[in-house]
Amino acid sequence: MSKFRKDDKKETPGISTSALPDIVFMLLFFFMVSTTMRETTLKVSITLPKATEISKLEKKSLVSYIYVGPPTNQYVSQLGNEPRIQLDDQFSNVNDIIDFIESERQAREEQERKQMITSLKVDEYTKMGIVTKIKQELRKAAALHINYSTLKGVER
Amino acid sequence: MPRKLPEYNASSLADIAFMLLIFFLVTTTMDIDSGLERRLPQWVDPDDIEDTPPIKERNVFVVLVDRNNRLLVEGELTRVEDLKEKTKEFLTNPSDNANLPEKEIKEIPFFGPYQVLTKSAVVSLQNDVGTTYGTYISVQNELIAAINELREDLSKRKFGKSYNDLNTDQQDAIKEIYPQKISEAEPKKIGGR
Repeated sequence: MSKFRKDDKKETPGISTSALPDIVFMLLFFFMVSTTMRETTLKVSITLPKATEISKLEKKSLVSYIYVGPPTNQYVSQLGNEPRIQLDDQFSNVNDIIDFIESERQAREEQERKQMITSLKVDEYTKMGIVTKIKQELRKAAALHINYSTLKGVER
Repeated sequence: MPRKLPEYNASSLADIAFMLLIFFLVTTTMDIDSGLERRLPQWVDPDDIEDTPPIKERNVFVVLVDRNNRLLVEGELTRVEDLKEKTKEFLTNPSDNANLPEKEIKEIPFFGPYQVLTKSAVVSLQNDVGTTYGTYISVQNELIAAINELREDLSKRKFGKSYNDLNTDQQDAIKEIYPQKISEAEPKKIGGR
């Protein structure tokens, strides 16, 4: 045996995984910073219409949402297929909107109240009757700054 | 000499971090909300409406969407694609047509005396209870597109820059020439029993 040959059992060293947690933590922080929590579970199904002349809602903390659309499958048996209004986590009536806006207002700082925006997330195939009623209620509640939520894209 | 501490096994740290990561991926949303921004008019008591002075017919651009989602512009059946051109024609009145709105001279910063439409000129968007929301939004989109295009045009001609790149004063000046005056009227029963 040659004296230069060392023992035959040469093993490839295992890859060090000690940097893996660091990488995953980096990803984690990225997602924590760049995303926002989902506050409500949707009980109505909404397909937003498309539009081109859109503007972004910059400050999410100033936005209150009103959802309108037909109830999702699990509620169809109780409520039928007619479009319903959802405020926060529950189905509501048109008359509840004024109270809803008022409570949203109370939750905000005094100086932010004037900049509040109401975002209407309405299903494409909803009839305008219900939307008009909501708009009238919003006018009564003096929540005049609204945003018709749409997706970016060319309309049909 | 202090005793050497044994190194702890950090291999499950990755698993914990992955679990947190997946939790955040599931519970958060990334989509930025966007949409058509509009301002509703002040609420007026129905009893007080009588007092408003009548507006001349030539100063109102009536856009009407009926329950079958047909579009009537100033009483004429129109396609959505043609709405933008018609709106632009109304808002500029290039040939001083007697059926299109009146103009007046107004002092505007950066522009000096400039011909603008009278204050009462307005686009009136009317809809039926049965109109589909999607159609309504695409009509609104066209109206806003018409105004945005006019503003962009003017901005390019006057300042040589895109409207979005102007400073606030310049934007205000252009807004004064082409205000976004779209009135969303109360619903009426149109077309149908």
